[in-house]
Amino acid sequence: MRYLPKSPADREAMLKAIGLGSVDELFAPIPAEYRLTRDLKVPRQMAESEIVDYFRQRSRENGEGYTSFLGAGSYAHYRPVIIDSLISRGEFLTAYTPYQAEISQGTLQSIFEFQTMICELTGMEVANASMYDGSTAAAEAVMMAVRLTGRRSVIVARSLHPEYREVLATYATHQGMPLSIAGFGNDGRLNLKELEKSITPETACVLIQSPNFFGTIEDFTAIAEVAHKNGAMLVVSIAEAVSLGIVEPPREADVIAMEAQSFGVPLGFGGPYCGVIATREKFVRQMPGRLVGQTVDKQGRRGFVLTLATREQHIRREKATSNICTNQALVALMVNIFMNVYGKVGLKELAKQNLAKTAYAAGQFAKQGTLLFTASPRFNEFVVETKEDPHAINSRLLEHKIVGGLPLKKFYPELGNAALWCCTELTTRSAIDAAVRLAAKSGGSVPSAKEEAGVEEVAR
Amino acid sequence: MKHETRKATLHVNQNEGLIFEKSSPGKAAWKLPPLDVPEVDTAKLLGSSERKDLGNMPEVSEIEIIRHFTRLSTWNYAIDLGMYPLGSCTMKYNPRVNEAVARVEGLANGHPYQPEKISQGALQILKTLSECLIDITGMDAITLQPAAGAHGEMTGLLMVRAYHHAQGRPRKKILIPDSAHGTNPATAAMVDYAVENLKSDSRGMVDIAALEAQMNEDVAALMLTNPNTLGVFEQQIHKIADILHAKGGLLYMDGANMNALVGKVRPGDFGVDVMHLNLHKTFSTPHGGGGPGSGPVAIKKKLEPFLPTPVLVTHADGTLGFEYNRPQSVGRVRAFYGNFGMFVRALAYIQANGPDGLRQTTEDAVLNANYIRKGLEGTYDLPYSTPTMHEVVFSDKLQAKKGVRTMDIAKRLIDYGFHPYTTAFPLIVPGALMIEPTESESKEEMDLFIEAMKSIAEEVEEDPQTVLDAPHSTRVSRLDETAAARKPVLRWKPAV
Repeated sequence: MRYLPKSPADREAMLKAIGLGSVDELFAPIPAEYRLTRDLKVPRQMAESEIVDYFRQRSRENGEGYTSFLGAGSYAHYRPVIIDSLISRGEFLTAYTPYQAEISQGTLQSIFEFQTMICELTGMEVANASMYDGSTAAAEAVMMAVRLTGRRSVIVARSLHPEYREVLATYATHQGMPLSIAGFGNDGRLNLKELEKSITPETACVLIQSPNFFGTIEDFTAIAEVAHKNGAMLVVSIAEAVSLGIVEPPREADVIAMEAQSFGVPLGFGGPYCGVIATREKFVRQMPGRLVGQTVDKQGRRGFVLTLATREQHIRREKATSNICTNQALVALMVNIFMNVYGKVGLKELAKQNLAKTAYAAGQFAKQGTLLFTASPRFNEFVVETKEDPHAINSRLLEHKIVGGLPLKKFYPELGNAALWCCTELTTRSAIDAAVRLAAKSGGSVPSAKEEAGVEEVAR
Repeated sequence: MKHETRKATLHVNQNEGLIFEKSSPGKAAWKLPPLDVPEVDTAKLLGSSERKDLGNMPEVSEIEIIRHFTRLSTWNYAIDLGMYPLGSCTMKYNPRVNEAVARVEGLANGHPYQPEKISQGALQILKTLSECLIDITGMDAITLQPAAGAHGEMTGLLMVRAYHHAQGRPRKKILIPDSAHGTNPATAAMVDYAVENLKSDSRGMVDIAALEAQMNEDVAALMLTNPNTLGVFEQQIHKIADILHAKGGLLYMDGANMNALVGKVRPGDFGVDVMHLNLHKTFSTPHGGGGPGSGPVAIKKKLEPFLPTPVLVTHADGTLGFEYNRPQSVGRVRAFYGNFGMFVRALAYIQANGPDGLRQTTEDAVLNANYIRKGLEGTYDLPYSTPTMHEVVFSDKLQAKKGVRTMDIAKRLIDYGFHPYTTAFPLIVPGALMIEPTESESKEEMDLFIEAMKSIAEEVEEDPQTVLDAPHSTRVSRLDETAAARKPVLRWKPAV
């Protein structure tokens, strides 16, 4: 076996040194009746070339070469090459959690820089080293608000990612945290009147997403006012991190729960991604997850350590702020490198391109269907309502290797034939034009790819 | 030669500041293509939501980013540099083919909401990995959704809760041995269970009499790590399972130490009802400085209705898909389907090994731990003489007489070219040195390690101060953790 660095002679010598006659004696503590006497039912040992072939084949069965208009919490942005060059360095890739600070300064300093950049982008004062993803970060942020306020009930925006809502519901089940839903208005934003009606002196926090699931930017100043007036906290989930380049962050929020996947993390069929929690300094002791802090060594040199560990499970056990141990460190490093590549100016320009592509696409779609939620600003997603079932439209597009917008009926039956479309800097004008054209050709007369000028070019 | 450091030597360490200290306006590492759609008036589109300033975000060039992170990387120890014997962490070799196949285009760029029709490749990977893990554990079904071990624990306990609820008796508490990892009690609390401590016996195993006394119909489950954190296989495992089952309780196994069992014995065969695996331990996916992990949860048939949604199914036409309509499900524990990239890596590892390789891997891991135990017995105190599986726990009792504790020995080990072992855990061994070599160490590397540990023990006798002041060869010396916690500086700020 090529990963095992021992010769048969080594094994013999080691057994002899231990004073054993055979390997079986090592397993003597396991009662004989439970010992497995057959081979495991797993694939036979494969050569590296066979393994590569196997996964290339799976890749070909997995949408390779399709153009996609899907977003909805998972965004296709360009990933600068140096991200993988750097995270592939064994010193990052094959290191453990940086508990031994003297030989983990590389990881620790990079997390410190990550925390700083997340603070700069979100307008918060502290950020942690990462959480599993945006959905669990949102659930943990809500539990943090519950601890901080001593109140238990939570108001959740219906325009929060539906799967984030499901995760929160799972986490809340046994925490005695009643959840109530606040709907959205015709402008796609949280219905403030509904919020005012449902908020009570028992409300620990209001959880919203901005840009929300429909791509609509929420009026968090107004929402924060209602929340704070009632002694509740405002928790904001940000699922599309690139929006922070051009959209004002929710500075009025008490806790921000982010999904940073947009910053250089592959779509990867949904994971691994990178959740983060950011908040005010005064709330830091109720924060879940690891934190890196600056300190000095015996000679007074600057260095970094994991800190405030008394919040964590390995010290506090059942009284910890969360059970989280392993987080998403290497993915956070991808995010970190991405933020360095684009930086102060590039992030803004990148976000602007997303805005321009989306504005163009929304304009084109508006000629064919009805654009919803037009009264509010949006970032890189928009909702189109069509006469035809969006699944039918998508089947037509799929024949041309285009994946259309996400039909919303499954999550929002009240929206009927609406679909959520997303454009990023990677979406080309020709792809948009082709999708619009194909979407308009309802039923019967489906043109072949050849008849549709420009479509073939899209289907790279 | 006495106290010679054969493995490590001095090398150049580049100085490197914070990235913010290199930033200046006008430097850039990015270039966007020309826009193929009309420019937009952002003020008009966004109104008051428009952001004007990105604060102190850095402005640097590409070469500076490459050098920055490359220099930082050289300050890290890593498996790629040598033995990383952290107990219960299973720091084994992370095969590079895993990284290559995880980056194949259709897998890396697959969108979680793309139609099932064009997702068959990813779904096939989920299915094949699930089948492998089910046979490895001897269980009946699995969910791959949890993002890490602790997340798997939570998912498992949610299913335990749902099971008891469906039986009409919710139950109140979880029994946890005093040797358990801290995530176990923290998880139980998240699922609103009371935690009751279970004592170990003189051999470091579950005290059967204590378990019998504490087991009653309020106990939902026992969370057991097996082999436990002393590296000891619970020989009375079936008796333990019987005691629980007799009173309607369930046996949860923390699979952190599964590297001692794969291909040799299956938890499902010795009475476990629910367990999690750590793909970033047993199945070689990289630790990456603290994550990402992946914590699949395998279960017996009776818990199947409670699996998180969605569940992978085979449709009538033979294609794969997800089922969402599961009325008894505990719900979703994460958006989408879990850390898919880790599934690709874990499956590639299983394929590279095959049944024979997996068995040999387990045998080598256990052989290595026993070789180290033999090599260091007598030099360090061995509090439990019970047979060792994949890790061995010593204590600093002998060295403490000279005022040298486990953390000091660990820090001195750095000077010898090794990553420290796990210190001060499990809690039942005061001053623990918890050593897990894994199968990835050659005899030569382990001989160097044993020699280093013996040399340090001699130093403790002759010159304890050298050990107390260690490490001496690192870029920074011991860091002031108390100061860091007292007045936390958690981010950089520009000088005013």
